[in-house]
Amino acid sequence: MTVQLTAPIILPFLAAALAMLAWRWVAVQRWLGVAGAIAQLVAGIVLLVTTRSQGVVATQVGDWPAPFGITLVADLLSATMVVITGLLGLVVVVYSFGGLDNRRESFGYYPLLLILLTGIAGAFLTGDLFNLFVWFEVMLIASFVLLTLGGERAQLEGAIKYVTVNLVSSALFLSAVGIIYGLTGTLNMADLSERLRDLDEPVLETTVAMLLLVVFGIKAAIFPLFFWLPASYHTPPVVVSAIFAGLLTKVGVYALIRTFTLLFVDDVEFTHGILLAIAGLTMVVGAVGAVTQQDLRRMFSFLVISAVGYIVMGLGLFTGVAIGAALFYLFQDAIAKTALFLVCGLVRWVGGSFRLEQLGGLYRTDPLLAGLFLIPALSLAGIPPMSGFVAKIGLVDAGIAGGQYLVVGLALLASVITLLAVAVAWAEAFWKAAPEGARVELEEYRARSRGERMSMFVPVIVLIAMVVGLGLGAQPVLELALDAGAQLMEPHAYLDAVLGADR
Amino acid sequence: MELILSILVGVLFAAALYSMLRRSIVRLAIGLTLLSHAANLLIFTVSGVSRTDTPIVPEGREAPLIGSSDPVPQALILTAIVISFGVLAFLLVLVKRVYQAVGSDDSDDLTSTER
Repeated sequence: MTVQLTAPIILPFLAAALAMLAWRWVAVQRWLGVAGAIAQLVAGIVLLVTTRSQGVVATQVGDWPAPFGITLVADLLSATMVVITGLLGLVVVVYSFGGLDNRRESFGYYPLLLILLTGIAGAFLTGDLFNLFVWFEVMLIASFVLLTLGGERAQLEGAIKYVTVNLVSSALFLSAVGIIYGLTGTLNMADLSERLRDLDEPVLETTVAMLLLVVFGIKAAIFPLFFWLPASYHTPPVVVSAIFAGLLTKVGVYALIRTFTLLFVDDVEFTHGILLAIAGLTMVVGAVGAVTQQDLRRMFSFLVISAVGYIVMGLGLFTGVAIGAALFYLFQDAIAKTALFLVCGLVRWVGGSFRLEQLGGLYRTDPLLAGLFLIPALSLAGIPPMSGFVAKIGLVDAGIAGGQYLVVGLALLASVITLLAVAVAWAEAFWKAAPEGARVELEEYRARSRGERMSMFVPVIVLIAMVVGLGLGAQPVLELALDAGAQLMEPHAYLDAVLGADR
Repeated sequence: MELILSILVGVLFAAALYSMLRRSIVRLAIGLTLLSHAANLLIFTVSGVSRTDTPIVPEGREAPLIGSSDPVPQALILTAIVISFGVLAFLLVLVKRVYQAVGSDDSDDLTSTER
């Protein structure tokens, strides 16, 4: 069991170390990047198959029994997220072959990306609150450097905002961890779950719950803590934006889901009521923000925020079906958002800009690209048969079943606004006549070899095929998400796996 | 002792916030440094300050003696200090690079990402 749980963390880390040794040989780094991501993907799939057949699996690092040592634990949610991490990592590495300038490639891009993947997988697999903090920091420091790699002015300015907000969130996280330890004397999440249930300190418990809501809310970019995201996510090259948009906020959402299903379930009316209110505001504010943007990447940054709202809505409804639907949303949105940012990169290569007023007429020159853009964009708005439709209908259904008509109304409203935003973007970039003096096709792009162009198009096409596939053939993944949701609502399997059944 | 430390933690948090809300990005870095100190001291205080023995396992025993102090908060703080040291080193370089790129340390001038 130990190997299966540690492999998704160790293998990309090993590849990162080797890639650093191969500092001067960018070609070697590229293939180590591919190898590391594939290794993580395969390890993730093995783990998912294991958790599907055996239920929750756990291992105690260094053989220190829980709750004293650090526990690694995988349930269906963790295992699926690891698979998605490996998949998106692989896609982004391959896209970087052609999509990233050589200067950035030769300054440690691949090792950093692999360390980011390591940190993300660690955060998904750990069963210890302090260890989660450590994985967050591993992930953050890699993301700080990826964000600033290249050192353009906008990148540095975006990085100041991103770094500051994340450090504040880390300090609050540490404070919350300290208070929890003072309250219960444990940091193992399974052990905490039991001790918090017996703890008779409702005020302090709610205080800690709200502290962690703020901490993970900042990482997940929920209302009103999202302002850093559209100020920073669009500044680095699209490959970096794509992996950030697909995975980093999702780690925050994962942590929210984990803590508010496992730890803080004593006062559901209060805590999950707050989550529901936040979810409604996040969905609408994200979508409205997207409509007003002229830069494609900023528009999709706002749509990242909106999507977080939908996932938190499922958590706030707090039924097995609602959380299952939210998890399906989480899985498919990670893929769709990464695909969209990568498509934005292609739009810039062939259209010369990210800004809508400088783009136009691309439908005539690149009908394939117009289609590639439209599919994930419509999926975000929840148009059938794409995966976003299945996810949204699941959430709306769960909302109606729970009698939360207001938040359902907001979800539908946000969908309509999202549709407006992406339709305007598509019409502006592809349909309208090219503006006077538009630069079409960057010099650099023309200089790319056929293989390098393929390395950009193929990953995007794979992801978009998955967006459509998850919509048309949703059943197996939906079942997986519903099982994962049921597992989260009934944590005894998780507790048994970590603490032993004979406790 | 706990009372004094609690007040100190509060003062540190307040000072950190005050520093971060100034417009200069150098003060921002100072504020973030103070913030990590405040969090570390909070862990130390909240887990109980005591004058008991060090938690070293005596020879021939499996566990530390009952009544020795709790090693976990110290391990947590030590880890957190190391992490914040690394992150703050990065932050200082970032502040310097921003100053070079923008030509000012006023956070109101960091506006090129807002269009």
